Amino acid sequence: MSAGPVRHRTRRVRAAREAALGYALILPALCVFGAFVFYPFIENFRLALYRTAPYPGLPSHYVGLQQAAQVLSSQGFLQSLVSTVLFVVMVVPAGLVIGLVLAVAAHRALRGMAIYRTIFSSTVVTSVAVSALVFGTLMDPVVGFLPWLGLNPSPPILQNTTWALPAIAVMTIWQFLGLSFIVMSAGLSAVPEDVLEAARVDGASEVTVFWRVTVPLLSPTIFFGVVVATIYAFQTFGQVDILIGYGNAAFEHVNLLVYDILNTIEIAKTPGQAAVLSIVLFLLTLGVTLVQLRLVERRVHYGG
Amino acid sequence: MAADPGPERRRARRRRAWRTGARYALLTLGAVVVLGPLYLTVVNSLLLPSALAQRPPPLVALHPQWHDYATAWTQGHLGIYLRNSAVQTGIIVAGQLVTSVLAAYAFAFLRFPLRRSLFVVFLATLMIPFEVTIVTNTQTISSLGWYNTFQGLTVPFLATGFGTFLLRQAFLQIPRDLREAATLDGYGHLRFMLRVAVPLARPALAALGVFSFLAAWNQYLWPLLVTGSGNNVRTVQIGLKLLQGTQVSHVDVALAGTVIAVVPLLVLLVVFQKQLVRGLTGGAVK
Repeated sequence: MSAGPVRHRTRRVRAAREAALGYALILPALCVFGAFVFYPFIENFRLALYRTAPYPGLPSHYVGLQQAAQVLSSQGFLQSLVSTVLFVVMVVPAGLVIGLVLAVAAHRALRGMAIYRTIFSSTVVTSVAVSALVFGTLMDPVVGFLPWLGLNPSPPILQNTTWALPAIAVMTIWQFLGLSFIVMSAGLSAVPEDVLEAARVDGASEVTVFWRVTVPLLSPTIFFGVVVATIYAFQTFGQVDILIGYGNAAFEHVNLLVYDILNTIEIAKTPGQAAVLSIVLFLLTLGVTLVQLRLVERRVHYGG
Repeated sequence: MAADPGPERRRARRRRAWRTGARYALLTLGAVVVLGPLYLTVVNSLLLPSALAQRPPPLVALHPQWHDYATAWTQGHLGIYLRNSAVQTGIIVAGQLVTSVLAAYAFAFLRFPLRRSLFVVFLATLMIPFEVTIVTNTQTISSLGWYNTFQGLTVPFLATGFGTFLLRQAFLQIPRDLREAATLDGYGHLRFMLRVAVPLARPALAALGVFSFLAAWNQYLWPLLVTGSGNNVRTVQIGLKLLQGTQVSHVDVALAGTVIAVVPLLVLLVVFQKQLVRGLTGGAVK
């Protein structure tokens, strides 16, 4: 009779102890997230409401949404947004299509494929600084290869208001190819080989198999790739910092959003305005992810 | 027409050979596009500055000049920067593995109130790009007095929602019976985690480790923001920018530095390709 409550209590003690251990184990990660992810994220929305005083040392004062409206309607922001969107349009489709074509080409049990796969994956390890230095040299007006090939606009390509952004895009596509190839290959390896084989036996050409069988079956991977590539392109910073830089003649045409945020922090020293830009970057990223979730829900259910 | 299968079959075989040839041609073109820029960088880094501007450009370095590598290493301080990058990357990788193992174990094996909601909180971190948090994070780092320190470089990255997710998936594959059997043997949770769960999740740990290594080593924006003058913590990526920025006339030295910076990672790719691919596609593509 008396055993009941005792056993009940030990069970409750054990559950409490398990819960305490659970909280203790997630606490370290939670502290890092709290201090360096959620707090700065929320702080953006507060900072956006305050304007930095024109002289250092003076307190910033509350201006409400006035500052956000001002930033969002400014010429500089609109230019930056247009450049960023143009850049995404240049990088994402090309990066994914080339990655997909290479993945399809290498998706055959033929001699030497392992070497090709390693080569195509290789740019996944080249950092943005490495890629920028490599392409900066290739595009250099004196020692570069592009000028020698007759592609030598004046002013030089990286100071040219028309060509600087496409040049940065080409470098970014190259750097993104490794990831694109890896993602597409992983998707391909999940496509059942017998389906492709059946189409070939029915007399379909490789091109038809690609468009009618491979691409539809790969649509979940392609959607995923679009999201990854778009977010990747939105976050572009290093190549602009190294190859273009503040004060470059083409600067205003390659002032991508993250670069604009950094300049607003470091050069203009107006954290409130930088916070507004950060919120825009977050909303763009969120938008892309939500669109993808909608599309995936609608289109990708047949895979079961 | 169909009486003789010979020519028909021969034609099919010829078509297949043509297709295979076209496939190899496409693959080789792709390989040239991908490797070409890196190859030219290596060649240029081995040329004398005078040979760099030669037209047509030399495609091989007949008389390789290694002194640019020595210059990049000593005057470009790449030796020090590589060491700094190794320390910074080591701290981040170790930290991420530890915090992810602990949190993933809790989410996979322990029951506690709000477990689901807290896991959603972890996943929510994946929705916030790091670039969105830099305004306040740079202020936090300088108010902590962490500017130009390894703490400033690494502490914001000591936990990862992605890593926790990846390891939780791996832990959930472990049969429940194993946990029950271990309990009967007197194993507490911590001992079970270290002796059973972690060893069984080794492939996922390796994938996360290689992924974290790559991401940390190649960081550019954050080291640029929180390191300044002096070489005591500056990482190799920022060193490359300086090599390019301060020695405009020494393209060859900058390129030698680039090769020094990229070779360790190409080795990493060749050795750990499987783990890297698993880390990069983990959770998204099965």
